Amino acid sequence: MSDQRNTNADIVHKARFISGHAMKIPTLRVLQQNGKIYRNAELPDIDQELALKIYDTFLFIRALDERMLASQRQGRISFYMTETGEEANDIGSAAALHPDDIILAQYREQGALAFRGFTVDEFMNQIFSNEKDLGKGRQMPIHYGCDRLNYYTISSPLGTQIPQATGVGYALKAQGKKNCAICYFGEGAASEGDFHAALNMAALLKSPVIFYCRNNGYAISTPAHEQYAGDGIAARGVGYGMKTIRVDGNDILAVLLATQQARKLAVEDHEPVLIEAMTYRLGAHSTSDDPSGYRSRKEEDLWRKKDPVARMRHWLEAKGWWDEEKEKSTLEKYRADVMAAMKKAEKVPAPPLEDLINDVYETPPWHLREQLDALKGHIRQYPDEYKKTAWRLNDE
Amino acid sequence: MSKMNLLQAINSALDTAMAKDDTVICFGEDVGHFGGVFRATSHLQEKYGKARCFNTPITEQGIIGFANGAAAAGMRPIAEIQFADYIFPAFDQIVNETAKYRYRSGNEFNVGGLTIRAPYGGGIHGAHYHSQSPEAFFTHIPGIKVVVPRNPEQAKGLLLAAIYDPDPVVFFEPKKLYRASQGEVSDVEYTLPLGKADRVREGTDITLVAWGAQVPVLEQAADMAEKDGVSCEIIDLRTLLPWDRDAVAESVRKTGRLLINHEAPKTSGFGAEIAADIQTECFLYLESPIVRVTGLDTPFPLAHEKEYMPDHLKTYEAIKASLNY
Repeated sequence: MSDQRNTNADIVHKARFISGHAMKIPTLRVLQQNGKIYRNAELPDIDQELALKIYDTFLFIRALDERMLASQRQGRISFYMTETGEEANDIGSAAALHPDDIILAQYREQGALAFRGFTVDEFMNQIFSNEKDLGKGRQMPIHYGCDRLNYYTISSPLGTQIPQATGVGYALKAQGKKNCAICYFGEGAASEGDFHAALNMAALLKSPVIFYCRNNGYAISTPAHEQYAGDGIAARGVGYGMKTIRVDGNDILAVLLATQQARKLAVEDHEPVLIEAMTYRLGAHSTSDDPSGYRSRKEEDLWRKKDPVARMRHWLEAKGWWDEEKEKSTLEKYRADVMAAMKKAEKVPAPPLEDLINDVYETPPWHLREQLDALKGHIRQYPDEYKKTAWRLNDE
Repeated sequence: MSKMNLLQAINSALDTAMAKDDTVICFGEDVGHFGGVFRATSHLQEKYGKARCFNTPITEQGIIGFANGAAAAGMRPIAEIQFADYIFPAFDQIVNETAKYRYRSGNEFNVGGLTIRAPYGGGIHGAHYHSQSPEAFFTHIPGIKVVVPRNPEQAKGLLLAAIYDPDPVVFFEPKKLYRASQGEVSDVEYTLPLGKADRVREGTDITLVAWGAQVPVLEQAADMAEKDGVSCEIIDLRTLLPWDRDAVAESVRKTGRLLINHEAPKTSGFGAEIAADIQTECFLYLESPIVRVTGLDTPFPLAHEKEYMPDHLKTYEAIKASLNY
């Protein structure tokens, strides 16, 4: 019972090293760029309603990202991250899940949150760190989180969510729930030790998790070929004894198909699954980044032609489920919604001063109460210097 | 009541919590069938099954990352780090995740169910990597609590309190006392309050503060000083974050003198925090400078372990120096 290593492998008598590139993992693609399905392609479970919900979320995210990028350029918000070019990944995989499945995202997966019903006002309140922000104004823009939608709050350190997803999956299994966790991360974050810890533990402990790697080509400026030498991220899943698949991350039907089947493996068999999705970050890493210093316009244009949103639209139009008019009116509506929500959120005051010390612990201990009292005294002394909070203290 | 050593008291606390609450799970390196390298989790797998008490691969960052996720999803994980010296790969998960989960989410999520156990300190000839006392690092992390027990009775009550506490707790166990410290311990469930110091001995001339394995050292030194006619008040801090400043200040206002003892190196040790706050609180009551008796500012030695340790003799001499200031 103790030593269960595989010691029955074939014995050979000459030193033969296996190449690090011996295993070539293929890429699943269902939909062509022109909207036609490959002959004999396996199809995901999708009807008109789901297809339109996915596409609707695509357009909302395009409008949101476009408006927020512009707002940052105008100085109205401090920071933003777009997911342009990668929408099929988070939105397509979220569409394969049950609402009670838990999402642990990295930071470029606002589409999954929108798909679950995060409202445009909720997005804006977080981005403007106002008193209606669920996160109480404590984190930089785009660090969303929502208990109601089972979307764990984003944290900036890369890869920390990956072993946590293993724990979340284990908890769901222990609680007898027919659910799984999905964990998003990039090919860059997969270099963190947390990634290796997470996959090894998930495979060993049979934790129902879908590890979804968005291989988008770049970690800020570092291209993927300077991130790993092996066959992408997928090859590692095999090394950990985990079911693994590589998909075209710009193909909504491939993403949906792979994630639907991965969910089945996770929930029914308690098998963790690794999905590596090949995609491209069309935008900058963040509003603090300028890609022109590390990649060519030509390369970007090549990927712009593989746009996942256009690819899905061609398919929808061929089915007669979508047309030019709907496209125009929906985009216009979402642009207007975002602008209106932004104007509203800008006017909402910052959270009260108490939220500076609340939630460090369940109940603020003596030293935090003492520090808050001292701070209030100081602000009362210099109210004009602390306008964001001083006005509230007058009522006390 | 049963006579138990500190390890048996830890085991009893884990057993009690697992029997009471299905969401309690225990895991770490060698924690499963083997019961941990010190046997703190003995027989728990037999009793509660492999799903609730299990081995993990050797990955401290994985153990705590996993524990964070399980806690966020409603479990009460008790993660063992085999030696406190090996907790550092998990430091990012503790500092940036465990401690900030509730705050950063605006209380949408929390990992309050989490308890991290780790044996700490010298006394087993473990040299650099099986002897360190890293508690001060953890007292600098808003969002977690840091607890250290001094004997079996305290260990069970404080550990159960840590397990049920709504905030994540790092629980350092003095491995030197695992088998050396014995006492009567209740077989049923009980908790001792976190954030509250314990006055171990009443006295009038000087206040001695320590935690964990250094509390018995203070008692030894105090016994020596008593023979010189010096009356020592001994306080076991028990919780370092948040620490019981009022209890120490109240005592120092009475005695006028304060000695802090810790095994960890002196510079930036938790003694510095106590000294700074007590001189603010008790400035006009102090009759001599606050004194720290601590380990040296070196890596933990092997051949010179005895010389390194802030033992009862060094403490006794420091008591005399404070009285004669």
